[in-house]
Amino acid sequence: MSDVVEKTLTALPGLLSLDSQPGSNKLSSSSKLGNLIRGVTELTSKHEEEKLIQRELTSIKEQVSSPNTSMRQMKELMVRAIYCEMLGYEASFSYIHAIKLAQQGTALEKRVGYLAVSLFLNESHELLLLLVNTVLKDLQSTNLIEVCMALTVVSQMFPKDMIPAILPLVEEKLNHPKEIIRRKAVLALYKFYLIAPNQVQHIHNKFRKALCDKDPGVMTASLHIYLQLIEENPEGYKDLTTSFVTILKQVVGGKLPMDFNYHSVPAPWLQIQLLRILCLLGKNDQSTSEIMYEVLDESLRRAEINHNITYAILFECVKCIYTIHPKSELLEKAAKCIGNFVLSSKINLKYLGLKALTYVVQQDPKLALQHQMTIIECLDHPDLIIKRETLELLFRITNAQNVTVIVDKMLEFLRINKDDYTTIDLVGKVAELAEKYAPDNEWFIETMSTVFSVGGDTMQPDIPNSFLKLLSEGFDSVEEDRKLRLFAVDSYVSLLQGEPGKLPQRFLQVISWVLGEYSCLRADLEVDTVLRLLAKLLDMKTTSSETKSWVLMAMTKLCEGGAGVSVVRGVSETYSSSLDTVLRQRAQELQHLSQDPELRARVLPRHTGLEPLEVDSSLSFLDGFVSEALAAGAAPYKPPHQRQEELAQAKALSLEPYGLSLPLSMSSCSMTDRQSPMLLSISSGLSGNSNDLSHKGGSSSLKLDGVKRVWGREGYLAQREPAEESAHVEVPSTLRSPSQQGGADGSHSQTPTPTPEPELEKQQLASSLFVGLSSHSSVCLMGKSEPTPQRFRRKARSPASSSGASENISHSLVSPPITVDTLMCNNLLDSRITSEPDVSPLEQTNGSCDEELPDSDVKGSSPSLVGDDALVAADPAPHEEPPKDLLLISYLPAELSGLSHSEITPLSSDQSLDLSACHVQKEGDLVLVVFIYNSSDSDIQQILLELDSEELEVSCECDGAVGGARGHSVAVCQYSLSVKRPSVHVELVGTVSYQFPVGTPQSVQFSYKLPLSSFIRPLTLSTEEYGTMWLDFSHDTKQNLTLISDDPEPLAASLSVLKKKLQLHVVEIIGMEGIVACRLLQDQPCLMHCRLHAGTLAVWLRSPVPDLPDCLMYFCQRALQEH
Amino acid sequence: MIRFLLLFSRQGKLRLQKWFTPITEREKKKITRDMTTMVLSRQPRSCNFLHWKDLKIIYKRYASLYFCLAIENGENELIALEVIHRYVELLDKYFGNVCELDIIFNFEKAYFILDEFLMGGEIQETSKQMVNRSIEASDMLQETMEEYMSKPAF
Repeated sequence: MSDVVEKTLTALPGLLSLDSQPGSNKLSSSSKLGNLIRGVTELTSKHEEEKLIQRELTSIKEQVSSPNTSMRQMKELMVRAIYCEMLGYEASFSYIHAIKLAQQGTALEKRVGYLAVSLFLNESHELLLLLVNTVLKDLQSTNLIEVCMALTVVSQMFPKDMIPAILPLVEEKLNHPKEIIRRKAVLALYKFYLIAPNQVQHIHNKFRKALCDKDPGVMTASLHIYLQLIEENPEGYKDLTTSFVTILKQVVGGKLPMDFNYHSVPAPWLQIQLLRILCLLGKNDQSTSEIMYEVLDESLRRAEINHNITYAILFECVKCIYTIHPKSELLEKAAKCIGNFVLSSKINLKYLGLKALTYVVQQDPKLALQHQMTIIECLDHPDLIIKRETLELLFRITNAQNVTVIVDKMLEFLRINKDDYTTIDLVGKVAELAEKYAPDNEWFIETMSTVFSVGGDTMQPDIPNSFLKLLSEGFDSVEEDRKLRLFAVDSYVSLLQGEPGKLPQRFLQVISWVLGEYSCLRADLEVDTVLRLLAKLLDMKTTSSETKSWVLMAMTKLCEGGAGVSVVRGVSETYSSSLDTVLRQRAQELQHLSQDPELRARVLPRHTGLEPLEVDSSLSFLDGFVSEALAAGAAPYKPPHQRQEELAQAKALSLEPYGLSLPLSMSSCSMTDRQSPMLLSISSGLSGNSNDLSHKGGSSSLKLDGVKRVWGREGYLAQREPAEESAHVEVPSTLRSPSQQGGADGSHSQTPTPTPEPELEKQQLASSLFVGLSSHSSVCLMGKSEPTPQRFRRKARSPASSSGASENISHSLVSPPITVDTLMCNNLLDSRITSEPDVSPLEQTNGSCDEELPDSDVKGSSPSLVGDDALVAADPAPHEEPPKDLLLISYLPAELSGLSHSEITPLSSDQSLDLSACHVQKEGDLVLVVFIYNSSDSDIQQILLELDSEELEVSCECDGAVGGARGHSVAVCQYSLSVKRPSVHVELVGTVSYQFPVGTPQSVQFSYKLPLSSFIRPLTLSTEEYGTMWLDFSHDTKQNLTLISDDPEPLAASLSVLKKKLQLHVVEIIGMEGIVACRLLQDQPCLMHCRLHAGTLAVWLRSPVPDLPDCLMYFCQRALQEH
Repeated sequence: MIRFLLLFSRQGKLRLQKWFTPITEREKKKITRDMTTMVLSRQPRSCNFLHWKDLKIIYKRYASLYFCLAIENGENELIALEVIHRYVELLDKYFGNVCELDIIFNFEKAYFILDEFLMGGEIQETSKQMVNRSIEASDMLQETMEEYMSKPAF
């Protein structure tokens, strides 16, 4: 068909002047619009066009405001106004008339009116309010077309606040006899769900009805909503899996009316939607996945016609197969399918093939090997988009051996790329790879220099930050540190001697910092020279004032012992009178410190060594400001890496593809683990879980398991790589042998040497690109002893980066955590507080103790937390002589043992310490108990525990220093917690520092997360007190929650559930209304008012504490849903 | 979800624009400009997909007219390409051998067809017959109404 269109369209220029051509009756050639359009087309200059349109607009304006204009003329005028707007000329005077037309016109005029409104106005435009009444009226109209129009405009744009006004009418339309109305109503509700999910919460069961609608169109429409719902909460919709599978089966089997075929493929849009839903449902869920294997197989089989649309379905199928619980047979077929994409001559399919490879390559590196030649070709493709996608793929298969080649390719691309967005993204990736896999110092510094120059000032600021951090913190080997820094100094000095004017500001800042800190390492480099180089930067016009202040600081560090006095004096004089206060400040500092060596020595001591600065990393002094801002409606802060990760997750389908085997990638999968020092341990909250998962994963017979670990984002698994890889990856038979050889013995071709035969060149490139992917990765292509630098780079990062905790776990994966595992497994069933509040304290302890004591399990695991000889506890609290298989619970201080406590969660561990914690609910208090188990043989004299949290106030009951812990014993530490700033989950970050009698100081970081509900206590008060308090509180939130409807007294039943689960105090129930009160520990009350309303529980929460109502609402909702 | 659909000519003249998420006028103009320059500068025989910020741009040329669709990152590019094609088919069916001029002179009709096909950024109706039937139904009404309205005037 497109050919026909093509022909017609090309024949058309002639049509312009000829009215008698076929089809011209539709061109409304005689109308005013026709004249206008023709007028515009005939013009040659922009200026003339502007004049013509202005004239037109003036005449439209005159006519619309004239009272004599009929609605029919108005319609014509509106179309012209739309045309003018499309050309880019504003016709805002007509907006109000568009609304009027929609209001007053008859059907056909109304349609144009609505169209004009939807084109002119935005969801937030104030005039839209005027439309609400019209929409209301039309929704109630008996004329189907008017109803359709109203539904269409509602889904196009509708003011959020006015949704409740029309919601009942739209809901009603779900039962309309006409399927087109039902369909539009479903889509309108979908739109409402997107912009205001709370509003449509109560009609979820109606969506189910739409899903079962006899009209396939309505059913298809409802899938949009389901996709969204399932994305947010896959657990809640597992029961629908069978229905979705049945629908897909019917569709694939051609059971739908022919109408729904598209190029003889049955309802492709519907198929794709269903595949996406199945993908979400089957992820990490074996039993659900099993339901869908058959239909996936059939979909793959049926999609045989060579048309884009079948490829679209296949692509979605492959994605699904690789996301759900794996089945080898299907994986094989999917892999073959990816091959079809990659090898296709159509460029679009190739693109998708690369994308699919990128998704799956972490699980199945074999595939990348199979297609290496195609990948190489794509790398040199003239189309940048293809090139970019190939780099994305390479990024995922990078390892220590191919990093130089891949980074080279990326930098090459960066130099020709013009799109900022891509540059920022790619620069981040290069920096990440460089940090992780750098083979040597020179390469690292040079690569980072290129990153800084190419990335310019658009790149993420955490790249230079983490680079400087890496330099300053150094590694374990002092000598290695010195070399790296020296090399940096050398290379920067030569850069400054070149053309510093061309370097971006960020890079100049990095350079000045490095020179300021480390140029003294190079003995033969005179301070004077460096100072002069820096001063040159100050004189450049392009240097920003921020950079200047970095330069001045560097100079301040350098001007030791009267060196370069003249330069310093000149500079400080110039800038002492600068208009910029920061610069002035710096100049003053420079001046004073350069003249006063004593003061200088104190302020800027040389060789401060590795002593970390005391930094209030949670910025707790800002809490007041933050909570004020939040109360005023500001969005809660997300660290940049989290934001980027969210973005990246959309792209990277499966960093955590198989539920059971993902331990490492899950806990540390952030695309960017470049974090500034402030963002301690955001991801390590997962570490406890991942530990558990890794254990299970080992046994679950996943053949790809070992392979995947190679791609752990940290790179700390490199040591394990060789063994695991050779065990799991077989060399694919299709591989060309020469290239394979090249990869295997690695004797040549570090980078492709220019050869006359392009084919040979490609093969060499292939061998260097895919080197780590084949077996025998013990071979080192780089010719250097690469494992050494990599290892200490890794070590250096571990205490500093947030994922330190999880790394430590993986180091010691072999033994101690196993016990922790068994502990966890037994408690997994009940992850919340183990007892209910109204059970007597004595029973509680028994109950929870039973759960914590899975004796048989623990006996089995020998290097356990409480090894048989580990009974000597350094526990400060008194306790009885522990029984043989005693668990951590018995270390709980006696005064707490009667209270309800959460399960004991393993936090973090390293080679000598295992940390676990639980929290205990006291009447007006919440106590965090940290168990520190010394798993080594030697005693630790001094353990220091520091806790910090953005949301919590932590006060220590044992003054921070825990004292010592003998070998194989447990030390316990208690903290009392209170809430500073409510949030649904609050998190604590802590560091344990300790030192063996012989050895260096070490530290372990951990984080602990607990729900706000642990802090909630009942608040007993009378109805009168409640009344007065209610009026005083300023922060509130309202929402409709699901009611427990199977009870004769739904209100009382719902409230009692809330009382039981959240410890709320029910003050009184009056008819249809109930009032409830609670507090956060002692003094932060929250009041709740509930009312039965249309089958839901209308809840209104009020509190003097900002955010508390929202958090509590969340828990109430959860509690009622779970019931 | 589809974010927006733009139709423009080889000269970069906008022929139709549909935005499915709220965007300011200024932003709209900027995006339109970006799209036309990006798409028009593509070499022949390169692929039909582009990256733009966090969105993916799917474009296809039919004679002198470019159809340009922006979708979110997780979406399927190929199916988006078929969305464009189906829209062209619908236009073709309605106008009978559609050409750029049909769309220029009857852009409001093109919008109506689009509204029947896509709603709120999602495919509403994939069946060609259905879309046409509903368009024709409203057209019919339009025509009878037009007759009715015009009679007393003459």
